[in-house]
Order: sequence, then C-alpha cells, then structure tokens
Amino acid sequence: MKESGSGLCNGLRQMVMVTVILMLVCGLGFPLLLTGLSALLFPQQASGNLITVDGKTVGSISVGQEFTEDYFLWSRPSAYHYNVYTETEDGQRYYLDGTTFGGLASGSQNYGPSNPALAERVEADIQNFQEKNPEVEREEIPTDLLTASGSGLDPHISPMAAQIQIPRIAQASGLTEDKVQEIIQKHTTGKLLGIFGEETVNVLQVNVEIAECMGIL
Amino acid sequence: MFQIILTLLIYMALVIPLGVYLYHIAAGKHTFADPLLDRVDGCLYKICGVRPQREMDWKEYVVALIGTNAVMIFLGYLILRIQSISLFNPNGIGGMEASLSFNTIISFMTNTNLQHYSGESGLSYLSQMVVITFMMFVSAASGYAACIAFIRGLAGKSKASVGNFYSDLIRIITRVLLPLSVIGGLLLVWQGVPQNLSGNIVVDTLEGAKQVIASGPVAALEIIKHLGTNGGGFLGANSSTPIENPTMLSNLIELYSMMLLPGACVITFGRMVGERKAERVNGQKNHKSVFGREGRSIFAAMSILFVIGLGVCFWAESQGNPALAEVGLSQSMGSMEGKEVRFGVAQSALFTTTTTSFTTGTVNNMHDTLTPLGGMIPMLHMMLNVVFGGKGVGLMNMIMYAILAVFICGLMIGRTPEYLGKKIEGREMKLTALAIIIHPLLILAFSALAVAVPDGQAGITNPGFHGLSQVLYEFASSAANNGSGFEGLADNSLFWNVTTGLVMFFGRYLPIILQLAIAGSLMKKGFVNESSGTLHTDTVSFAVILVFVVYIFAALTFFPVLALGPVAEHLTLWA
Repeated sequence: MKESGSGLCNGLRQMVMVTVILMLVCGLGFPLLLTGLSALLFPQQASGNLITVDGKTVGSISVGQEFTEDYFLWSRPSAYHYNVYTETEDGQRYYLDGTTFGGLASGSQNYGPSNPALAERVEADIQNFQEKNPEVEREEIPTDLLTASGSGLDPHISPMAAQIQIPRIAQASGLTEDKVQEIIQKHTTGKLLGIFGEETVNVLQVNVEIAECMGIL
Repeated sequence: MFQIILTLLIYMALVIPLGVYLYHIAAGKHTFADPLLDRVDGCLYKICGVRPQREMDWKEYVVALIGTNAVMIFLGYLILRIQSISLFNPNGIGGMEASLSFNTIISFMTNTNLQHYSGESGLSYLSQMVVITFMMFVSAASGYAACIAFIRGLAGKSKASVGNFYSDLIRIITRVLLPLSVIGGLLLVWQGVPQNLSGNIVVDTLEGAKQVIASGPVAALEIIKHLGTNGGGFLGANSSTPIENPTMLSNLIELYSMMLLPGACVITFGRMVGERKAERVNGQKNHKSVFGREGRSIFAAMSILFVIGLGVCFWAESQGNPALAEVGLSQSMGSMEGKEVRFGVAQSALFTTTTTSFTTGTVNNMHDTLTPLGGMIPMLHMMLNVVFGGKGVGLMNMIMYAILAVFICGLMIGRTPEYLGKKIEGREMKLTALAIIIHPLLILAFSALAVAVPDGQAGITNPGFHGLSQVLYEFASSAANNGSGFEGLADNSLFWNVTTGLVMFFGRYLPIILQLAIAGSLMKKGFVNESSGTLHTDTVSFAVILVFVVYIFAALTFFPVLALGPVAEHLTLWA
C-alpha cells in the first residue's frame, strides 16, 4: 500500500488545491467573464438601466423613487423611502420626511399581519391620501398603493392605483386629465404573454414624462 | 391560478431533459460536450493532483467532502475579515466582525445562505465574488456530489466504491453549474439585472433630492444563487428587489433555475436504480422509462406535498389581511404588504412555496409579512425538508422516509422490510431514525433556548404569537439549510450568530454522514429476490403512503409548536 503512507499529505494537498483553483475559476473567472460578455451584449442593462434626460441621470427604470409633489404620480410606501435623501451643508443626510438616512438599504418594515403597527401605519396613510385626494372614497384605494413592497424599491403600482391619482395630478400640474391618462397608458405594461405576473405602471417613467410636459425638467 | 398551473407544466417539460443529462454525468456516460470538457477537467485534475480513477469508499468520500469544505471555510473566513482592502471595493466597505463572519461563512458553505448582514453595507465586491459566488458553486456541488455518491451506493453497482469526491465536485461545476450559469446569467442581464464592477450610483431625482442606487456584479451571483439552490441575495431584500429580479421573465428564470436541478436529481436516482434493477433481473438494459419506476414514486410523493402546500399558501394570501380590511383598506388584491406589484399574490405564493420546498431561501416577497397560514407553509416545508429539497439532500432525506415507510409497512404485513432489493435491518433503521430525528431536535431545542433566554428574546420584533413564528422560522430555515427568514428578526447579535451557525453546521453535515453510512451499509448486502410478500415501492400507493408517513411524522413533532405560532395568530386575526 504505497498510497496510505503519503495519503494524509496527499489528501490535504488535493483539498487545498481544489479550493484555490475553484475559487479562481468560480469566484473570479466566472463573474469577470460575465461582466465582459454583458458589457458587450447588453451595455444598457449591465450598467443599471439608467434613465437619462438631457444628459442628466434621473434614476433607473428598475428602481422606484419616492415622490411627494401633488403633480407627480406617487409610489407605494417604502421602509427605506427608496433611498431618496437630501444632504445638508454639514453632510448630514435625511429622508424626505426628516428622519435620518442610514445609507443604502432595501427591505420592508417586516410587520407581521397581526402587528398593530401595520394597521396604524395604513390608517395614517389613508388619512393622508384622502386629504390630498378628496374625491377618492376610502374603499376605492387599491390594496397595493398603501401597502409597503417587499424590497422598498418597487418601481411599479397597479393601473387602478394610478387611475385614482389622475384628478389630483391634473389639477396640480395643469395638464388635462386625458393627457395624464395618456401618459399613464403609455407606461403601463401588461402581463407577460398575457398570462404571467400582473399589469404594472412604471411610476418614474410616468413622472419623467409629466415633468417634460410641464416643462420643469 | 391558471398562471401557476402553466408555470408548473413548463417546469415538467424542462426538468426531464436536464434529469437525463444529469444522469449521464452522474453515471459517467458520454455526453455531447465531452470532447471539450474532458480536456478542461483533465487540466483541472492535473493542477489539483486529483486522480479521478481512484475510487473511494463512503468513509473516504465523507472525509474528502468535509475536509475540502473545511479548507474553503478557512479561506473564506479570512477574506471576509480582510475585505476592507481596496481590491474590488469601490464602495469602501469595512471588514466583517468575527461572530458575523463565522455565521456568514458557515451559512454559505452549508448552502444555507442565511444572512445576518445586508449585502449593500456588509460586503465588498471582492467578498461578493470570491467568497459568496464561489461558495454558491462549491456548496451546491458538494451537496450534489454527496447525493450522487448516495445514489451510487443505493444502486449497488459496486460493493464498496461510491466514486471519487474531487472528480464529482469538479465535473458538476464544469458540466452543469458553470455552463448553465453563463447562459442564465446573460438572460438575467438582458432582463435588466446589473453586472458591472462600478460603485453605487447617486442620481438627482425629479424633485431635487438625491437617490442612491445599488450596483455591482449582481447577475453572476444571482444566477448561481438559484441554480445551486443557495438563496443569499446580493442585496438585503434579495430577489424581491427590482435590481436582482426586475421583471416577470427574470422571476421565471430564477424560479426554474432553482427547481430544475433538485427535480433532475430524482430522475437521476430513478434512472440509476432502474438501470441496475433491469440488469439484475433481465441481464440486459431494456429500461427506457423517463423517471425510472422508483424515481417516479418519489417524484410523485414530492409533487403531492408541493401542490398541497402551494394551494394553502396561495389561498391564504388571496384572502388578504382582515386587520387591514378593518381599517378600511380594500383587500381585493390579496395580502400585498411585503409583496411586489409585478409579481402579485399568485407568483409570490408560488415563489415562496418553491424557495422553501427546494430549500433555496431566496425570496421575492417578505415572508415575515405573509398571512399566518401563508407563512406557515414555508415554515412547514422547511420542517419536512423532503419536498424536492435543494442540492440533492432533499432526495436523500426523502429516501430516509421511504426506508421508514417500508419499515412501518413491513411491521404491518409481518415481513422483513426491503427497499431497492436490499434488506433493511437493525443497523439501517437506527441510522435512519437518527437522521430523521436530528432535524426536529435542532429546530425545537434551539427555539426553546431562544425564547428562554433574554439574548434570544431580544431579537423578536413582532408582538404576540407572530414573535414565536419568527424564532421558529429562523431555526427551521437554519436546520433545513434554507436561509430565508422572517426578516424582522434582529438576528445580528452574538447569540443569534452563534446558535444559527451551529444549527446550520450540524443540520448539514450530520445527515450527510449518516445517509452515506446507510448507503455504505446497504451496498455490502446482497440483493434479495422479489417474492409475493415484497412490498412494491414503485407504485402510486407507495407514493401515497410516503406522503402520509411524512405528514404524520411532521404532525407528531411540529404540530404543538405550529399551533402556538401561526395557527394561533390565524385564529386571533380572523376571530
């Protein structure tokens, strides 16, 4: 049995070498290969699907944004406010509602269904929404508009959630309701092959177009 | 409803060819890619000093597997600790703290991918690639290697050898995981998943504020995360984020990626066992059924469990949340808190049931916010740990239940139990019982510990019964090597990092050792001839018996604690 003498040493060598080689192949080789191929084949997507207007980057098609102005379409609530913040002169960073921005994050508030804090948040949001949209009845508000998404970055709302905001947007922006309707229609995507998933409205794309029509961009 | 059924039908059409391909690789048969890949493998063998012809018995195989994993853990831990260096670190991420590094490295080596950090702030791109992406390949390949060795043992072609671990590990990576990852990764980028090495992007929003958008080598991690049933996200919110999972099509790609290989494993099992049986009985290879008859009954049992769970989860989520209905928010879209609009309730319920059945742990919605019964299903499927299961271990666990089922049936009809033509005797039954009991023991004992000590209670963030569910879910996820979480749990503390680290470690390696020991023990036995008293395990009725055995065992062990958590929450919410 020649093998058993150097077996342990040989075994250890194999373990270490397999680890190092696979680390190089799978951990470096593969991601770098994919980076190269993606940059070549899909440069727009690989770099983050950014939306640029007049040379200025205003966001990403994939990632939602927080909107507070009445003339913009509003997104769903987000535990991390879509990572939208303002910076004061001394470098302090705050979310738009004034709470401290703790850096890039994603997720939800993780309120269990029976957590009273969930019902309280929704109640407060309903009141706020009705204040700004007086003609909308409480039970008309679609479920998705006042529930927080899982990622806190959901770029979409449902077509119904966009519909009920039209009167407010039209009034505040000076555009006609038909025009707003048309813009929303343009950025509504159907189900995949008409079967899979749900109908969605991309909030940022709608708002970019509203801003362009209003001439504020 | 229709879209769920159609999604599953497409899955069936995809899993069969892959299963056949996997069988060719496991059995060392010729495939179309051999001329190229044989050379690649040969080259890798040479550098690493691996001799693929060197056969191992089950003990040598286990030593090689655990030893290699130990080296990987050591190296990975080191990199996490020193990741603050400026190599591939455009966002200036600092080094990782010791207990969190321990938890993270165990988590990724054991294919759990439980994350007590958030990718955005916790890992540099170097770690995301060289530690996380690397671990996703090798932990999955280790699991499949163990599974293939186990099947070889059951098929019983040889009396002692179960194959060569290093060669299995390398072949699975070069022939299955890497090629599929390149194709799938490109598809994901096409759908809008970023893949670059630049830092996070800061933009000026329409309202004059700033927004920071995550970037990096996401697609590479994303594809192997699903193919290897790993589940750990590049970002904190995992595949619910539109960065990791931007469209319905990317969601389907990810869904199929995680479902394909575990299903293919069952086909491999059926084929290898069936081939052996055909040779033994007829002396010729006339076996041409797709699944192999033994594989078919296992696949059927898993599918029944899956569909029942999926049905309950979808129904529960569609009902919405009565607490919000009371406030006056319409629940016509179902329970949307924690879900994405582009997936809705149907694709979220499907993804949730799949990720916990196939023990991936990736999420496209937040499980903490699921309705009580909708959240009980993922928990239950991790407790069962046999509904397909990830990286081969689900199949191995299901075989444990199959052995248990033939044993129980054997007692009822008064015959010596047999499975796959081998007698099941005292030694196998002891090992099987041990392998089955470890899982609930880890979950229940550690959950009890967590709710008993202040350090454990400190993690709970939801009041009432839901708090217990959070604890239970965390340990079920750790023991099943799943890795999803009721993410509200404040789990980055010494207590949670260490306890879940231990649960993941034992939950992974103890069953693998025991299961390979059972295979090793069965291999040594001669085949027994079928008689009129033999219980046939390749029938529909056996599949049904198997489902009952799994449910009965789960009810006996987990019902009390499920009653205190999700069931109690459901009753109070709907009262």
